Amino acid sequence: MEDWTGTLVKMASTQDKSLYVLLYRHFAPKVKAYITRLGVSEATADELTQETMLNMWRKAHLFDPAKAAASTWLFTLARNQSIDWMRRQKYPEYSLDRMEKSLEEASDPDTAEKHVSSYRMTQVINQLPENQAQVIYMSFFEGRSHAEIADRLMIPLGSVKSRIRLAVEKLKLTLRGEA
Amino acid sequence: MKINHHLDESTLVSYVAGSLSQGMALVVATHISLCEKCRESVIETEAIGGALLEQMDSSEISDTSLETILSQLDEEPIAEPEKGVTDESDGLVPPPLRSYIGESLDSINWRRLAPGFAYVDIFTEGAGVCRLLKVSPGKSILPHGHRGSELTLLLRGSFSDEIGRFAQGDIADLDDQVEHQPLVDKDQGCICLVATDSPLRFTTLLGKLLQPVTGF
Repeated sequence: MEDWTGTLVKMASTQDKSLYVLLYRHFAPKVKAYITRLGVSEATADELTQETMLNMWRKAHLFDPAKAAASTWLFTLARNQSIDWMRRQKYPEYSLDRMEKSLEEASDPDTAEKHVSSYRMTQVINQLPENQAQVIYMSFFEGRSHAEIADRLMIPLGSVKSRIRLAVEKLKLTLRGEA
Repeated sequence: MKINHHLDESTLVSYVAGSLSQGMALVVATHISLCEKCRESVIETEAIGGALLEQMDSSEISDTSLETILSQLDEEPIAEPEKGVTDESDGLVPPPLRSYIGESLDSINWRRLAPGFAYVDIFTEGAGVCRLLKVSPGKSILPHGHRGSELTLLLRGSFSDEIGRFAQGDIADLDDQVEHQPLVDKDQGCICLVATDSPLRFTTLLGKLLQPVTGF
């Protein structure tokens, strides 16, 4: 498995465009697939994908491999780009950006490990009971609030929340390497 | 800052997925800027988003898209870091909230609601309400339930309700199962940021009469 997190860190420090091309070829099609599922037109998805991938270049030096894998960081860039486009207001966020760290500190021994668990996470997501996977997908890919999910599935709000909690509990155990 | 009441995992998932209403997302972001535990939790939850992205089937991207973007890279300005985490000084508004209400909790233009109560509406798009509420010491907020969810973040002072005591930085993350009546502590008034994704449901006649006025 490719070490995309390492590639991103290296691109940030060297400004090497051939690394950018590798990252683009891997992530741009996934970013576009994610944005398309949020329910925008093909043309808009293309535009938002391009903006997201430009941000990957502009913000790469702020990426902190100690906090997130490359796929996680790309997910947050794509999410913010889509929400800011759909709403007139900027999505409220605190910053995950690196605060004041030099680039030498950036190489992180845990990076490889994070990739393993990201792969393992994908397996665990696929093994979730259907009613738990459903609420996770409706949250992440359809942008639905708990109340909307409750209406759509015709279940109480409390059940939506507890299904999400159960799913997240399993996913986080995987992430911590305990399952 | 010692924080005892945190966000529910299911609320964090909604926030990370980008599926919270604007007002509720603002309360969540503000709490996260104050709370290290929830910050760590967000990072873990975002990794779920990363794993979901990684397993997406790839969409078609034209070769010209890559060519176009490569020709733009040299002209792109490099982004500056944003300040996202709150320093501890009291009276300073946490960063996510600043573009909405300014930097100081002491220079807010309050609108009086009733004796002991004042508020400022915060404009947010979409469903529900988001508002800053100031309550005098010893006052009680009318008992109410919720049709949807309600988030209350304490920015100053403290209150107690059926669930426990809430002080600066604490968040009450409630759904439609909970009915509560917060009572503000006697030594200091409180300022809290409240957001709902649907109107509140007051349980007393007085509350029902006041509802059109309070707007919750």
